[in-house]
Parts: sequence; C-alpha cells; structure tokens
Amino acid sequence: MSMIQTLYDAILNGNAKAAKEITQTSLAAGGNPQSLVDDTMIPAMNEVGRRYEANEYFVPELLIAARAMKASLELIRPLLTARGAEPVGRVVIGTVQGDLHDIGKNLVGAMLEGAGFEVIDLGVDVSPEKFIAAAKDRNARLVALSALLTTTMHSMKAVLEKLREAGIRDNVKVMIGGAPVTQKYADEIGADGYSSNANAAVALARKLMAA
Amino acid sequence: MHALLQSLLARRPVVTDGAWGTELQKLGLAAGEHPDRWNLSHPGRVEEVAARYVEAGSEVILTNTFRSNRIALGAHAADGDVAALNARGVEISRRAAAGRARVFASVGPSGKMLMAGEVTEEELSAAFTEQCHALADAGADALLIETMADLDETRIAVKAARTTGLPVIASMVFDSGKEKDRTMMGATPEQVAAALTEAGADVIGANCGLGIEGYVPVCTRLRRATQLPLWIKPNAGMPEMVDGRITYRTTPEQFASGARELRNAGADFIGGCCGTTPAFLRAVASALRGES
Repeated sequence: MSMIQTLYDAILNGNAKAAKEITQTSLAAGGNPQSLVDDTMIPAMNEVGRRYEANEYFVPELLIAARAMKASLELIRPLLTARGAEPVGRVVIGTVQGDLHDIGKNLVGAMLEGAGFEVIDLGVDVSPEKFIAAAKDRNARLVALSALLTTTMHSMKAVLEKLREAGIRDNVKVMIGGAPVTQKYADEIGADGYSSNANAAVALARKLMAA
Repeated sequence: MHALLQSLLARRPVVTDGAWGTELQKLGLAAGEHPDRWNLSHPGRVEEVAARYVEAGSEVILTNTFRSNRIALGAHAADGDVAALNARGVEISRRAAAGRARVFASVGPSGKMLMAGEVTEEELSAAFTEQCHALADAGADALLIETMADLDETRIAVKAARTTGLPVIASMVFDSGKEKDRTMMGATPEQVAAALTEAGADVIGANCGLGIEGYVPVCTRLRRATQLPLWIKPNAGMPEMVDGRITYRTTPEQFASGARELRNAGADFIGGCCGTTPAFLRAVASALRGES
C-alpha cells in the first residue's frame, strides 16, 4: 500500500497519530505539501462527508476524522504559508447572543478546519457587535452563525442588520445553521446560505467563497 | 422496582406533562432569557405552568431545572446558583402538584461534547452529582435525565443520579440517521437500551427530536430490547417557521391518537416535549383513560 493511500485511510478512520506520522514521513521524503492536501487529504474528508450523508458515519466518526485532518494540516500549513499560499478562506464562527450551545458550532468549525479554512471561533453567546468587530479586524470573508433555540435564532437577524449598518455587508458572506434554522429562515433574514449539517456546511462555505 | 414506580405503573400508562419553555414564553419569558432563572425571579409564573399540567391530568410533572447543572449554566453561573435554582424548581412543582401529581426532576445535558475533549468525565460526573443531590434534597420523587444526545454522558449522569437512591429515568433523543432511529452519536434503540439498563436506570426513554409518529417504531424497538418500563415524550411534530413565528403542526387530537399507538407499542409513561401544551395532555389523558 502506498504512503498516500495510508494517509487517506488514516484520515478516513480518524487515526490522528497515524495521520501525523505519515505526513511527517512523507514531507521528510520530499513530498509536495500542496499535493498532499489536494490529492489525498481533501479527498479523504470528502469521503468522510459522503459516508456521513449516507448514514454510514455519525458525529463521532466525523469528529475524529476532522481531528486527524487537523493533526496533519498543522504540519503542512506552515510550509504552505512559507510558500505564500493562503488558506482556503478565513471564517468567523460563533453561537449567537443568548445561546450557550456550542456542539453544532464546534462540529462545523472542526469540519471547516479540516477542509483547509482558517477558523476564528468566537465561542457562545456572541453579540452582533463582536461578530462585526472580528470580521473587520481579521478580514474574514465568511461569517458562520449557529443557534440551537427557537428563542435565540432571531439574534441572527440582528447580526445581518449590524453588518449592513457597519457598511460591510457586501464584504462578507453569512451562513447560518442550527436545529430550528431552515433555508426559508435564511431567505427571510437575507443570509447567503443555510446548511443542515456540518458536512453540508463545508460545501456551502466553499461555494460562498467561490461566489 | 422502586415502590413509587410500582404504584404508578399499577395503572399504566402514566400520563406525564408537556413542554415548559414555550408555556413560559406565553407568560412573558423573553427570547434568549434563561428559563430556569425564573425559579428565582418569577416563581409564581413557573408554578402556573406546572399547575396547568396538573389540571390537565398529568400524574407526573417535571421541574423547571433542565439547564441547572454547573456546566450548562456556564459563564452565567454564580456561587450557590445550582443549589438555589434546583431547590426552588422542586419546591415550585411540589406546590403546584399539591399531592395530585408526582414530581420528577428534570436534568438536561451539559451541552459540551465529551469525545471532543470539551469536558471531562470527572467534570460531568461532578456536575450531575451536584445537581441530582440538590434536587433530591429538595424533595423530588424521581430524577429524569432527558434530551440526551450522547450515550456516554447519559451513563455518567445515570450513575450520578443513582447515588441519591431515587428512581432514575434516562431518556435520549433519536433524530439522526436515514430512518431517524439513531441518537446524534449514532446509537440505536437497542444499544441505548442495553447500555442504560446496564448503567442502572430504572426507566428508559426517548424524548424530543421527533413527532409522535416517529417515536412509535423507536418505542417498539426499545420494548423488545429491555424489560424496564419505558418513558416517551415526542414533540408536537417538527417546528416550522410561519410568518416569522415558530409553529408546530400536530393537533392535540392527532397527538392523543398517537399516544394510544405508543401505549400499544409498550410505552409506560407518555407525555409531550417541544410544542405540546396542557391541551395536548388533556387530550392524551382522556384518550388513554377513556379506554381503560
């Protein structure tokens, strides 16, 4: 079995230790960091996502795969940065004001990191002002909002309003998610996208960055 | 079996209660406001919700303490909060029950994920032990660990609850997978039944996440997998946004007919979760009693 195949398997099976070791060995042997990411690691995460969509994988498998990806990326990212490569995108993520739930938000964050995004996690109970400040200061092009409660999802609307007031609505894309959130709600408040799970969130983030 | 459970189950199925959060909102709880805080700031309104369920025919009512564990309270917790919120919660429900209903104290999830390293087993165990003892000391009749997504966390909570000596009900959400028959972490009803029976739960259950038609097959499978009594509390369907307002489509009549199916599928305790109201429980009580 080739080295590449085993890194693919290590990520698919969520073996962070193996993923890290194989990445180290491969880089030491002169492997191209960019092609490791593009040709092996991202396809592995895509397969993880496919299995999740097909109900072959559940949240635990998703989480450990994202961690293996992250372990490998931590070795590769400095090399890419040194070559002048930018991350896929920079995203500010958080659970909206009044809401303390962070499981969904953390899952989406982990999957986005696994897909090569730089994730700035603002935590839970995040005020609209904090989202706006972070998006501005860190020059993020993507803002991801999470809410678990029907009573807090309306804070999402406030974030969009504040982005408009701050005059930076056109500079960022806003994606939303969480148990009570729907595509219809996203349309209603003028968000750029909605996803129903952490895997779909990655596809959506890529789409929004390409738009 | 605990004597209390035995006496309740002599006339099974037992009618439990419905949703609290949405009822509190009708009484003025603001969006984003912590519902459990009302045990201290608006005890009269919390008691009103409890009393409406007793009046509707609930033989078991819960407490407004779902989020009152140290971890879920998070940054909003001050010293003494856990003890006060839980003690007041039990007192309020006991007052509302006035001897006509039993008070099962509600314990919800921590909101943190064990396997992601957001919280340790020791922290979970300490938080659940603290909350369960506060509830037991205040006079709860039983402890209900509910709306759980992670089997490992549930097991830890059951063990903590058992140290009080009270009956322990453990109820998980089944809302994942193609057939909507798995927990968020992928556990099947069979796996849940086996693990929670082994952990020492006195009653096993399912709540939230699905409407009543979704929980009939889950209940059937739990029934085959354990000898223990079953606790089921479905939602009033799934929430939909209509004109910017959260709406549940299921009617009390539809819910009551689903409750009969649940009884036939082996449910011993039947009530409702999100979106259900005293009208739902009144319909359930009359549907189930009317036949017995």
